[in-house]
Amino acid sequence: MSAPAAAVPSAEHHDADHHDVHQLRKTAMWVFLGSECIFFGAMISTFLLYRTSTNGAPGAEIFNIAFTSASSFVLLMSSLTMVMAHHSFERRDLRQTRVWLAATALLGSTFLAGQIFEFTEFVDEGLTAQVSPFGSSFYMLTSFHGGHVAIGVMLLAAMFILALNGRLYADRGLNVELVGLYWHFVDIVWIVIFTVVYLLQV
Amino acid sequence: MAVTTEAPVISRSPGGKGVWAWMTTVDHKRIGLLYGITAVTFFFLGGLEALLIRLQLAGPDLELLSPAAYNQLFTMHGLTMVFLVIMPVAAAFTNYFLPILIGARDVAFPRLNAMSYWLFLFSGLMIYSSFIFGGAPDGAWVGYAPLSSQLPEVVRMDFWSVGLLLLGVASIAASANFIATVFVMRAPGMTMLRMPVFVWMVLVVAFLLIFSLPSVTIGLFQLFLDRNLGTLFYAAQAGGDPLLWQHLFWVFGHPEVYVLMLPAMGIVSEVLPTFSRKPLFGYPFIVFSGVAIGFIGFGVWSHHMFTSGMGPIAEAGFGVATMIIAVPTGVKIFNWVATTWGGRIRLQTPMLFALAFIGMFVIGGLSGVTHSIIPADTQQHDTYYVVAHFHYVLFGGAMFGYVAGIYYWFPKWTGRMLHEGLGKLHFWLMLIGFNLTFGPQHILGLNGMPRRIYTYGEGMGWSFWNLMSTVGAFVIFVSFVVFLWNIIRTHWMAKGIPGGDDPWDGRTLEWSISSPPPVHNFDEVPIVHGLDEFWHRKYGEDKDGRAVRIASDRDRAVPDGFEDDETGVEDIHMPSPSYYPILASFGLVVGGYGLLYLPWGWLGVGAGMTLTLWGLFGWSLEPITREAH
Repeated sequence: MSAPAAAVPSAEHHDADHHDVHQLRKTAMWVFLGSECIFFGAMISTFLLYRTSTNGAPGAEIFNIAFTSASSFVLLMSSLTMVMAHHSFERRDLRQTRVWLAATALLGSTFLAGQIFEFTEFVDEGLTAQVSPFGSSFYMLTSFHGGHVAIGVMLLAAMFILALNGRLYADRGLNVELVGLYWHFVDIVWIVIFTVVYLLQV
Repeated sequence: MAVTTEAPVISRSPGGKGVWAWMTTVDHKRIGLLYGITAVTFFFLGGLEALLIRLQLAGPDLELLSPAAYNQLFTMHGLTMVFLVIMPVAAAFTNYFLPILIGARDVAFPRLNAMSYWLFLFSGLMIYSSFIFGGAPDGAWVGYAPLSSQLPEVVRMDFWSVGLLLLGVASIAASANFIATVFVMRAPGMTMLRMPVFVWMVLVVAFLLIFSLPSVTIGLFQLFLDRNLGTLFYAAQAGGDPLLWQHLFWVFGHPEVYVLMLPAMGIVSEVLPTFSRKPLFGYPFIVFSGVAIGFIGFGVWSHHMFTSGMGPIAEAGFGVATMIIAVPTGVKIFNWVATTWGGRIRLQTPMLFALAFIGMFVIGGLSGVTHSIIPADTQQHDTYYVVAHFHYVLFGGAMFGYVAGIYYWFPKWTGRMLHEGLGKLHFWLMLIGFNLTFGPQHILGLNGMPRRIYTYGEGMGWSFWNLMSTVGAFVIFVSFVVFLWNIIRTHWMAKGIPGGDDPWDGRTLEWSISSPPPVHNFDEVPIVHGLDEFWHRKYGEDKDGRAVRIASDRDRAVPDGFEDDETGVEDIHMPSPSYYPILASFGLVVGGYGLLYLPWGWLGVGAGMTLTLWGLFGWSLEPITREAH
């Protein structure tokens, strides 16, 4: 999200001003991510409460740990490529930046494709959001996270297009550092979700 | 709107006239006024609902309202007063004064700020439109599941859940905005511990909202899915747990109480020193007790659930935490009293309201501590005693504080003083009416009268105090008619006395600029040397420690070495007006209406998302206002 240059203290503080705008955006992004922690925390709590409330429908035993481990690995690798994208951008190497942005978006999309495949498998086996509190809380939590990944992929794609025309700037609202913060957060949340939902069996 | 690559200079931007200028404004002062005017309008609607409730309860077995209408009215009264009156009134003060008090020219993200306001207004109108579309929400503002997940074919509780979801988005955006503003945009020398207490309190409030709103948002979302898409979060027959809703709600709901209270405490902490002509007693204690309230406020939510059967250990823990949170609150009260001690007190209207705030809030706070005694709370739960308690806190506390703020800062907004005689009349009517309304409710509650009943029998022994309570409610109504008349004659009939820039001999930076302030607030960004900066520019101390006026205000408003000649006002660039914020919010509310009427509503959701994306897209591609090179 972009914002205009806010207060311009005065002419002599001019140089500090652009720095201030970036600082403002980073502060707001950190605050937003703090808020996101509670969003995910509330849904993870709901899942923990309902992990055995299967109402006769399939429960955690239908998870395919090997498959989801592979797609989790893909998502975590996208954090590495995001770091590389940021690193290249810091060196003003737009060509490299484009490559790493595309790689990150691709890895994110692969994860999403894996999630959609997984969901169809589960639905075939009889686990939907409407059969049990377990199903409701599982689908709400994982698709809320998937929605975050999807938004991240769109932001990466937008930056990729801007970078094609050489119009990717550090002082705009849509910039590599802010999207990177968001992307790493979404990855870290997945580590928690993967551990709590898939790995911890009662 | 013409898109220019060059930033408009100040004369071209935000001061325009007409409806369009207000719809596209990104000026924090105008947005503050919009918040204020909207909140006062909703206040009269919420007050009307309260009067109808009191009329129905004035005597035993009355049939003025049907039970169904009564349920809608008390639900809407609570929703309105919490989300559409007190929160936005606090947002009005915050918007208008937070940047000025820290010596900034605007908030961090002016367009995001505008979006928060429009989303608040549209969501409020959406919730109220339920009266037209088949009836208002009727499950109380707490909307306990599974009661609130019943009758999914009736749309009224969906107005409540979707409306609150949208209001939550507006509040989180506004909070992130205020936090970034305070952390990054303070004037040179304005360290954190030189900020006025009001700024500190709204900073704590912003953090409370950031960390508490997500909890209820998820709960509302689950409830919405249960009602409309067949999920089973709160379906007890399938193993869903209704207590989950109570936890998710009160993890938000209790910090929310401090969200409503702390800005009023901040206002009182500005008014008391000004009218006592003394610095605030124990500034760091007041600040840090506010921060402590913020932290402990997250650890007491289950005291709303003592009768839900959580077990003795959880109940004892939350009971003790509830007693502990009274300590920082008590610290504040003693500091306020000590501020007035030995001061040269002027009993003008803002000061009267601030003093009444202390008294009424002490009563409400003490009856609150009685709820932490679990055996007693089990008796009081869901009786009128609880209604009396939270009205003493939120009306006797918060509203008295905000009204004090309105009288205090009215001259800064309009340049004119509210009439002092009418102000005092308003004060005495409101104080008497308030105590007559809610004092007897303590007795009614202890005599066993439950909340939320639409009528009661003749022989219950509740008739006399209910009648008194109804009489009191009408006295409150008369007091606000006086208030409204005072505002109309002062501002629109222009009969108020011009107040000048500094009518109360104030202490903080807002009094150093003109009334009303210019669009850019400060011609020259102030350099801050200490707490109560403006006071110390006006007054020095003689050898006995008495205040001595140094020079006239105007001579000292611009500190040495920063006279106007360095930078002309024409070099200041303010953000340009934008219609994208109102467009993005409008799209969200169109999508919200769509959600109410699924499956056809998906079309509305699609249309709304398109509008919102259009708004956000245009928003991020608009040129950033910056200085021409």
